[in-house]
Amino acid sequence: MSYISKPKVTHPGLPRNELGMTIREYEGGMSTLCAGCGHDSVTRALVQAAFELSIPPHRMAKLSGIGCSSKTPAYFLRQSHGFNSVHGRMPSVATGANAANRDLFFVGVSGDGDSLSIGLGQFAHAVRRNLNMLYVIENNGVYGLTKGQFSASADIGSTAKKGEENLQPPMDPCQLVISLGGSFVARSFSGDKEQLVPLLKAGLMHDGFAVVDVISPCVTFNDHEGSTKSYQYTRDHYHPAIFADYIPPSEEIRAQYDEGDAMPVTLHDGSQIVLRKADPDYDPGDVASAIEYLQRHRDAGEIVTGLLYIDEQKPEMHALNKSVAEPMSSLPFQRLCPGSGALKSLQDRFR
Amino acid sequence: MKPTDTSNPDYFHKVVDCQWACPAHTDVPGYIRLIAQGRFSDAYMLNRKSNVFPAILGRVCDRPCEPACRRGRVEEKPVAICRLKRVAADNRGDITDRLPKIPATKNGKKVALVGAGCASLAVANDLMPLGYECVMFEALDRPGGLMWTNIPAFRLPPEVLQEEIDMILNMGVDLRLNTPIESMQALLAEDYDAVFVGTGAPKGKNLEIPGRYDDEAHVHIGIEWLESVAFGHIDKIGDRVLIIGVGNTAMDCCRTSLRLGAKDVKVMARKPRGFFKASDWELEDAEEENVEIVINHSPKEFVIEDGKLVGMNFDLMEYDIDDNGRITDTRSVGEEFFPCDDVVLAIGQDNAFPWIERDIGMEFDKWDVPVVDRRTHESTLKGVFFGGDAAFGPENIIWAVEHAHQSAISIHKHCHGEDVADRLPDGMSLATVKMGIHEWSYSNDYEGAERMIVPHVSLAERFKQLNIEVELGFDAEQAATEVERCLNCDIQTVFAAKLCIECDACVDICPVDCLTITANGSEEELRGRLQAPATNLEQDLYVSGELPQTQRVMVKDEDLCVHCGLCAERCPTGAWDMQEFSLFHPHLKDELSPDAPGKFRKYGT
Repeated sequence: MSYISKPKVTHPGLPRNELGMTIREYEGGMSTLCAGCGHDSVTRALVQAAFELSIPPHRMAKLSGIGCSSKTPAYFLRQSHGFNSVHGRMPSVATGANAANRDLFFVGVSGDGDSLSIGLGQFAHAVRRNLNMLYVIENNGVYGLTKGQFSASADIGSTAKKGEENLQPPMDPCQLVISLGGSFVARSFSGDKEQLVPLLKAGLMHDGFAVVDVISPCVTFNDHEGSTKSYQYTRDHYHPAIFADYIPPSEEIRAQYDEGDAMPVTLHDGSQIVLRKADPDYDPGDVASAIEYLQRHRDAGEIVTGLLYIDEQKPEMHALNKSVAEPMSSLPFQRLCPGSGALKSLQDRFR
Repeated sequence: MKPTDTSNPDYFHKVVDCQWACPAHTDVPGYIRLIAQGRFSDAYMLNRKSNVFPAILGRVCDRPCEPACRRGRVEEKPVAICRLKRVAADNRGDITDRLPKIPATKNGKKVALVGAGCASLAVANDLMPLGYECVMFEALDRPGGLMWTNIPAFRLPPEVLQEEIDMILNMGVDLRLNTPIESMQALLAEDYDAVFVGTGAPKGKNLEIPGRYDDEAHVHIGIEWLESVAFGHIDKIGDRVLIIGVGNTAMDCCRTSLRLGAKDVKVMARKPRGFFKASDWELEDAEEENVEIVINHSPKEFVIEDGKLVGMNFDLMEYDIDDNGRITDTRSVGEEFFPCDDVVLAIGQDNAFPWIERDIGMEFDKWDVPVVDRRTHESTLKGVFFGGDAAFGPENIIWAVEHAHQSAISIHKHCHGEDVADRLPDGMSLATVKMGIHEWSYSNDYEGAERMIVPHVSLAERFKQLNIEVELGFDAEQAATEVERCLNCDIQTVFAAKLCIECDACVDICPVDCLTITANGSEEELRGRLQAPATNLEQDLYVSGELPQTQRVMVKDEDLCVHCGLCAERCPTGAWDMQEFSLFHPHLKDELSPDAPGKFRKYGT
C-alpha cells in the first residue's frame, strides 16, 4: 500500500465519455493489495470498461465476499453502491439486490477461494438462476490472504512457494459454468487488457450471469518458477481461442471481418459482440464442443482464453420468475405489499 | 526506437526542466527541498555555488527556469522558483564562514577585470580562492554595473546588492573605481596574465526620427536615464511620459517615472501583446501601477512647438498573423498624436567597444563586436576573454554569471599554459531515494495548491519614496506551500527492463498516464499510440530495452510526469526506482580536482 493517494492531477488531454466524465472519475480508493498484484490490473480494466460504456457510477452495485479479490470493489467506482458480504455468500446477496432493483448494473468480484471452495454452492446456483450480473473471478491458484496455500484451482504438479507440490485436481470455473448451463463464459488474463476490457464490457451488457475467469497472478505467493498461475507461465501457455469486440448500439460495425471467422451476437439492448475465431475449430455456441475443446487444450497444458461460450437467448432470473418489469424498489408500497386481504386470497388459491 | 541512452548526463538533466533552462544550471529542486526543511543557509549556499548572487537574482532574475517548469504544463502556473530563492536569501543565517577561503599566499598570476558588474564579480569569485590577484576596473564610483545603475531600487534594494557584491570584494579584489579603461592596448602592455572584459552592453539604442534632437532635454535614452536616476542626478520628470519600447528596461522606466512624479505614463508598443519582449511578471507589475500599455503604435516623429516637445506622432499599425503566431504582413492604417512632456527610449542596447583598438590583433565581426568563442569565451587575441553582455550582446544576469564561470576556467588554463578548450565534460550521479517499502526521502505527495502570490506594498505607500521595495517576499506559510508545489523533477524515474514482469501496475497507477507497455516502433508512430498521446515534441520519450516476457518495451513520456513515485511504489520487482539526479557541471575548482566527478556532492544529500 502507499502512503499517498493518487494525485488528483491528470493528463490535460484526458478523453471524456458520453456523460462528460473522465476515466479518473471511475476510480476508487488506493489499493492496499501487494505491489504488482494482478487484481489491481483487473480493477483498472473494470474502471476502463465502465468508463467506456459511460455507465453512471450511481447505477452500479459492486459486491464481493472475502479474500484479496474481494477487496477489489473498494478500488473502483467510488461513487457506486457496494456490499462486502460473508465469505462465499456474495451470490445470495447479489440475488437479493438484483431482485429488489433490476435496473442497476451488478458487478461481483470474487476469487478462486471465494467462488470455488467455500462459496461453490452459492456460485453454482447463481449460474443456474442466470442472475443478471457480471461475475469476475480473480483466479490466482492460492489463498493469498492466508499466506499462499493451494486453492481449488491449483493445477496438479504446480508447487507452492517453498516447493510443496499440489496433488489434487483443479476445478476449471469455465468448464464448470458451461456444464451448469451458464449463459456467458469467458477467460482472460490480468496482463492482457486488450482482451480483458472488451470481455468485461460484453459481460456487463449481457442479459444474464456473465462469468469472467481472470488469471490474476499473486506476485507474493504464486509468481515463482513452479507456479502455473504466474505472469511468465500464463504468457508462455496463453491460447486465445476467440476474440470478442464489443460494439455499442450507437455504432455500426466498421471493422472488416473475414466471413466465416466473425460471428456477431446481438445483445438485448441492440449492442453487439463480434466474435472472431483465432481457432476455426472452436464453436462458442455449442456446449459439448466447448467443453471438449477446453478439456483437450487443458490436457495439452494450454490456457484457453476469450469468450468461450455465449447464449443470449437463455432467460435471466427476472424472466424465469416472471417478475415485474420495473424495479421492485421503485414500486409504491401498496403494490409491493398489498395487505393481508391480498395474502389471504393468494393462500386461498392453494387450498 | 533504440533504448534511451541515460548514461549521457543530458538525458536526465533535460528532465529537470528548470535546471536545464537555467544558464548556470542551478540545482533548483535541490534548494527548494532545503527551503522546505527550513535549511535556508544550505539552500542559499547551494544557489550561490551556481548563480553567485542568490539574493539579487531572487528579486530580479529573468527566470528562464519558470517558463520551463513542468508544473506550468501540469497545471497553469509554474512554481515561483525565483521568489523561493529570495526566501532562502531573506531567511539565511550568517554564512561568512562558508564562503571560499582565500589563500594568504598568492599564485603569482594577475588578472585584469574590466568593469565591476555581475560578470567580472563572478569571475573574481571563482579566481580569488585559487590565489589569483584580481584587479577590477570600474568607470563609475560604485561597483555593481547595471545591477546598480539600471535596476531601480524599488526592485532591488541597494543594501541587498551591496551585501552580495561585498562577499566577493572582501575576498581581496583590488577594485579601482572611477578608472575607466580607455585603451586595450595600454592595458595589455601592463603585466597582466589575462584580461577579462565584462563591460556590459552600455549603449542604449537611439531612435532616429524627425524631431529627435529638437528638444533633447526631454528625450531620454532609457538606460542612461535610469543610471542618472540611480545616481540622483535626475529626480523629476514631466506629468505625461511616453516610454518607447516594451522590454524589461521599458518596464523599469515607466515605473521609475511614476516615482519621479509622472501622473500619466504610457508604454508605446509597436506590436500587439504576445510580441512584447518584457517578461509577463514585469508587465503585470507595471500594469498594477496603472501604467497604460498602448499597442500597435509605431513612432513616427517628435512634435516640437516653439522648441519644446509637446508630443509624438505614431503610425497606427495593423498586422496579419498566421496560425503559428507569426507576423506575415504589416501596414500602417493611420496616424495618431499623443501629447507628452517627456519621452524615454527603451528600445534596446548595443555593445560598444570604442576603447579597443582595431589593430591589436583582435578580430571584430560585421556588427563591429569582437569574435568570441561560445565555449571558452576567448577572443581571437589569446588571453583576452569576454563575458556577460559584452560577449554576445544583451542577455541577463544569470547568463553573465555562467559566462563568468566558464571564463574563469579559461583564464586559469591560459595562465597555466594549458589548452583552454580542454575542459571537463558535464557528469552526473544517481542515487536511490528509497527509504522503506513505500517511503522515499522526498515529499512525493502532490500539493494541489495554486501558485502563491507575492504580497506587494500598497499602491499608496510604494510611491512615497523612490526606493521602497515593492515586493515583500513570501511569508512563512506561503513559502511552506509553494515549496511543496515543486514536482521534484530531479528525482528521476529509472527503469531496469530486465526486472520487469509486465504486471501493468505502474501503467495502471500513473496519474498522468505517462507510461505504456507496447510493441516498439518509430518515435513518431509511438508518440501517437501511447496511453496518452505524447504531443510535446520538446520532451523526450524514455524507451526501455526489450522486456523479458513479451519483448515489448516500456515507454515513458517525460512531459507531464509529476514524480510522485507511485510507479516505483507499485512495482513488485524494483524495475522502477526513484533516483536523485545530481548534475556535475564543472566550475574552476572542479577542474583542479583530480577526481572531480567522484568528489561531487550536493549540499544536503
